[in-house]
Amino acid sequence: MPRITTLAEAVEAHVRDGDAVAMEGFTHLIPHAAGHEIIRQKRKDLTLIRMTPDLIYDQMIGMGCARKIVFSWGGNPGVGSLHRLRDAVENGWPQPLEIEEHSHAAMANAYEAGAAGLPCAIFRGYVGTDLPKVNPKIKSVQCPFTGETLAAVPAQRPDVAVVHAQKADRAGNVLIDGIVGVQKEVVLASKRAIVTVEEIVDDLGPRSFNAVVLPAWTVTAIAEVPGGAYPSYAQGYYARDNAFYKEWDAIARERDTFLAWMQTNVIEQGPEIFAAHTRPLRTAAE
Amino acid sequence: MAETYTSNEMMTIAAARALRNEDVCFVGIGMPSAAANLARLTHAPGITLIYESGTIATKPDVLPLSIGDSELCETALTTVSVPEMFRYWLQGGRITVGFLGGAQIDKFANLNTTVVGPYDKPKVRLPGGGGAPEIATSCGEIFIIMAQGKRSFVDRLDFITSLGHGEGGDHRARLGLKTTGPTRLVTDLCIFEPDPTTKEMTVVSIHPGVTREKIQENTGWPLRFAAQIAETPPPTPHELETLRALHARTAAAHGKAA
Repeated sequence: MPRITTLAEAVEAHVRDGDAVAMEGFTHLIPHAAGHEIIRQKRKDLTLIRMTPDLIYDQMIGMGCARKIVFSWGGNPGVGSLHRLRDAVENGWPQPLEIEEHSHAAMANAYEAGAAGLPCAIFRGYVGTDLPKVNPKIKSVQCPFTGETLAAVPAQRPDVAVVHAQKADRAGNVLIDGIVGVQKEVVLASKRAIVTVEEIVDDLGPRSFNAVVLPAWTVTAIAEVPGGAYPSYAQGYYARDNAFYKEWDAIARERDTFLAWMQTNVIEQGPEIFAAHTRPLRTAAE
Repeated sequence: MAETYTSNEMMTIAAARALRNEDVCFVGIGMPSAAANLARLTHAPGITLIYESGTIATKPDVLPLSIGDSELCETALTTVSVPEMFRYWLQGGRITVGFLGGAQIDKFANLNTTVVGPYDKPKVRLPGGGGAPEIATSCGEIFIIMAQGKRSFVDRLDFITSLGHGEGGDHRARLGLKTTGPTRLVTDLCIFEPDPTTKEMTVVSIHPGVTREKIQENTGWPLRFAAQIAETPPPTPHELETLRALHARTAAAHGKAA
């Protein structure tokens, strides 16, 4: 059964220097509070795995947590570049960053293969693109029945998965609702899993018979962090702060404004500041 | 009637017109999303819009900033996981049209969204492929929407992220693909379609007030023009009003960056 604990203790116990860490959430339920905690605890040499690195990895890369990134789309959605990711790739700041680049289909299939206990994922993909020329892990296999050539990539088997969810009950069962992304797959594919939740409840409550629930015995540690997905969102709790995603572009563009923001908003804070973001969102009218 | 409109509005409206009421459309974020939703709000109310976050038959009232805004989930018929989206719905052949944008395009409508300059010493590191490499090969056909310019319409791509017609001719078929690939490229100046044999993107319709010279000036390869060239019908008042109202609702919902 998972240990219900604080975010600081969960990260301290289960995220180690040099780990392959997959912090997932497809636009929705991105575990930002956990990312901040890993930065505060100064984890180093991580291999960061994530389909869409988003602001969470921009921050971790800029603060020197990462040695390598495995990804499929590295932008600020609807806004533009991730400037810290670009600075690391283009200029090696704050340190060189190795990249392993895939397509979304490949990443999703690789997580699913990891969850399924398979060594690799096979799918119809990468036809005519240059990605196999720059990523030696993209290979092909021939279907033994039809002869069709199919793409193959290794299964993703992270050391630790980190996801955010709406609720856990006191036994440690986790409910994920809305855009569920690859969270179930990444938790089942990983050796250890940390889950932050909006709230811990006595009972998960009324839900569809087919709701996405991670049984307690698939999770290593759970921490209650209200607002922990901000500035992404938690369906049913608070909306995505699209205005902050736009503001991030200016904050992260230069190294000094980035470092100053991280000092004030991450290093000198704790996970409890995320609770402030569960209030109704500002609108343009304000 | 002298209704004024921008070249961007003309582009979005011309792109929206290409979508049909019965299409199942895999929608990229940004301009493709604006065009696809404009189609749904005008001539194609029955169109099925699918975003890679897993939302199927979504009907957002405002344009999403990201591919997975809550608006998409709340207005969808159903929301599936991302692996299911890519395996069953895209790879399974359920999508009639993929609607893409890109940073760079060549004359065979191959797209680059990965890197400008050498891959391991990039001049500009772009976001990467995301869903596009498999959208480009798994959807029945592909529409592309991009503003034209010499830096984006280039003779030679530094990197092929998503296959168009490859080296032209029957290249897609030789790679084992059964899907059609790019059938329409809509820009702020004109509309291209592939030549039936060579597959080179060829100008078939020019937006009102645009000259051939201007299109050539904004293209990095010697252009081909079709024998019969149409003038793109200007935006109707209904199309313009609907698009502007959509953008106004979107701006109000997303707020302004400080």
